Amino acid sequence: MKKFALLLTLSGVVAATAPAFAQTPASAPAAEGTKLVSRPLPAVTIRSLDGQAVSAATIHQAAAGKPTIVSFWATWCKPCIAELTNIAEEYGDWQKESGVKLVAISIDDARNAVKVAPLVRGKGWEYAVFLDQNQDLKRALNINNVPHTFLLNGAGEIVWQHNAYQEGDEAHLRELVKQVAAGQALTE
Amino acid sequence: MKNRYSHLRPLMLVALLFSVGAATAQEAPSPLDATTIHGDFQTDVQSYKPDPLIGAPRVPEKILSNTFANLLMSSGRFSAGVRYEAYLAPLQGFDPRYRGQGIAYRFASYSADRLQVTVGNFYEQFGSGLIFRSYEERNLGIDNSLDGLRVRVTPYRGVRLTGLMGRQRFFFEKSPTIVRGFDGEISLNDLVPGFDSVATRVTIGGSFVSKYQADDDPALVVPENVGAAAGRISLTNGGFALNAEYAEKANDPGLSNGYIYRPGRTALVSATWSGRNLGLLVAAKRVDNFDFRVDRNTTGNYGSINFLPALTRQHTYALAATIYPYATQPLGEMAGQAEISYHAPKGGWGGRYGTDITVNFSAVNGIDQRPLNDLQGARQGYSSGFFKTGSVVYFRDLNVELHRRFTPTWKLNAMYVHLTYNKDVVQGLTGFGVIDADIAIVDVLHKFTPKHSLRVEAQTLQTRQDLGSWAMGLLEYTYSPHWFVTVYDQYNYGNYDTAQRIHYLGGQTGYVGGTTRIALGYGRQRAGIVCVGGVCRFVPASNGASVSITSSF
Repeated sequence: MKKFALLLTLSGVVAATAPAFAQTPASAPAAEGTKLVSRPLPAVTIRSLDGQAVSAATIHQAAAGKPTIVSFWATWCKPCIAELTNIAEEYGDWQKESGVKLVAISIDDARNAVKVAPLVRGKGWEYAVFLDQNQDLKRALNINNVPHTFLLNGAGEIVWQHNAYQEGDEAHLRELVKQVAAGQALTE
Repeated sequence: MKNRYSHLRPLMLVALLFSVGAATAQEAPSPLDATTIHGDFQTDVQSYKPDPLIGAPRVPEKILSNTFANLLMSSGRFSAGVRYEAYLAPLQGFDPRYRGQGIAYRFASYSADRLQVTVGNFYEQFGSGLIFRSYEERNLGIDNSLDGLRVRVTPYRGVRLTGLMGRQRFFFEKSPTIVRGFDGEISLNDLVPGFDSVATRVTIGGSFVSKYQADDDPALVVPENVGAAAGRISLTNGGFALNAEYAEKANDPGLSNGYIYRPGRTALVSATWSGRNLGLLVAAKRVDNFDFRVDRNTTGNYGSINFLPALTRQHTYALAATIYPYATQPLGEMAGQAEISYHAPKGGWGGRYGTDITVNFSAVNGIDQRPLNDLQGARQGYSSGFFKTGSVVYFRDLNVELHRRFTPTWKLNAMYVHLTYNKDVVQGLTGFGVIDADIAIVDVLHKFTPKHSLRVEAQTLQTRQDLGSWAMGLLEYTYSPHWFVTVYDQYNYGNYDTAQRIHYLGGQTGYVGGTTRIALGYGRQRAGIVCVGGVCRFVPASNGASVSITSSF
């Protein structure tokens, strides 16, 4: 009972706080609820495929001011592989039109993490790939399950996110990437 | 009694910080201006009706549900969060001890340049987890977070040290056992001057973990402190990678190993090579008496301190994944795995769009054990040579998967699997023996328009043993980006008991919008096994309706 009361208090505090946050410059574009919250990726350590520790807060820098797609996936996740394969077929065109970079973050545990590099190279994907083996970054970003995709603007702020993948979804993502690259506010 | 509300204190801290944020946001820029609050939510609700034919029991509550909600706050170098969980009451197949609700997880963390301190609950993995891994896997009902203190220090570039201490979550309580651990990792390329630009990258690491549990045994003198140590190396050069870890555990008599005092040993080695369009993997593992848990008087999924990954393919198609899945045997196994994945490029037999082929083989046997019959003396239990494989077959899996796109609107995935499954050993039963099964799967996707797609799966599992053969069909229609509907039927047509030749018919429909997914389902669920990462959970048969909602912001 006490716990419940406290949760209520907590949510009350959050609700009361929200309008104040909406006035801060950092969250000014957040006009449309959950999709447009602009925050950077947290400084959680992930691993490159050659074992180097990398802070997630820096991975957008490779796009040099252009948008970055961050896609959470796993070797055992069929829709994830479908999404990354479908984008891979058009990736060259996407990069030409918007300069976008795709970063694929695998949440595979010790059982499958060693299979990530052979799979990625075997499929000929040209993405930057990282491992989040104990799901620290997945947890910090409140991801329920994979696939889960984030779109970051050139400054590395999250401007859009989406859970799940259905055949054809990539066409919509491509339009959003173009809007972000052109500095437009997202219409969705 | 005195600790009854102590777990709420960090929550008050979070609330306090939120109010500070509210107060300062209107004024001059403060560090809390960059504060963000984010969260996620998941609920699974299922109704149950008795179905004696499939063995679905009467559930007195009729409706059961599992709910999780995380709320995280981050502000510059500071972050904090809580997770509320409610099991009203736990879904069938989850441990009934979850019944109830409350704050199951809360933490506060501060990061400086070379230091990170976390208090409260945390998750951590040392190396590949052989001696320590705390993690959450909701679908299995596993959450072995530690509640205590973790400190990470980076004294030099390329050197990472982690120390931790805590007590494991045990449903809505805490285990009395105290777990302490230390891990050190060095990236030689970063640390050694001039080694930075070398193509070969070498990382070495070592860890030590110990647990304290009071001696509660009426008959034996059992060790109250049990230590385990591990060393590892990772070596990469271009497309080549070698990973190896070796671990030993001091004598740790417990219920699972029959209270023997034999030390434990485990080794895990893998090598991969990948070049353009080709990937190769070989891996081997030996496990000997390596069940490491907070309570020596328990067995099962709850209370594990370490994680022993299964060296087998993780299947995803229903008949291959849930009828005969393998789970690591912590008391002893010898395992090997090899995999080749090849992308045949466009043109030639790769077709117009390229073709992917994966061939995977894994084999697991027991370890060779020579009984010592010394239970009245030293209680070492058995002897076993490190490289000696036992004669008992636990598992074999040979599978071939092919993926090909024929036209922009037609795609095919096809798979063949041959399984050999020691049901007695893997599921802890007697009288079922070793089962051989062949599985064939065809999965075709057709896009009618860029947004409308239909996927059809046809699967069969052929065996003359156990429950006999199965067939399965599945239709999934998706309307991107929001809608999906799927219907499926699993039919146990080859059951020797003709009354058990049952159709398990079901369906699901739902909506995806942004980060929210809502799914409604109805139908029969076969009794089966759900596995993630080589850890498995038995799910009993059920019949009823379900609602699942996930969301995050």
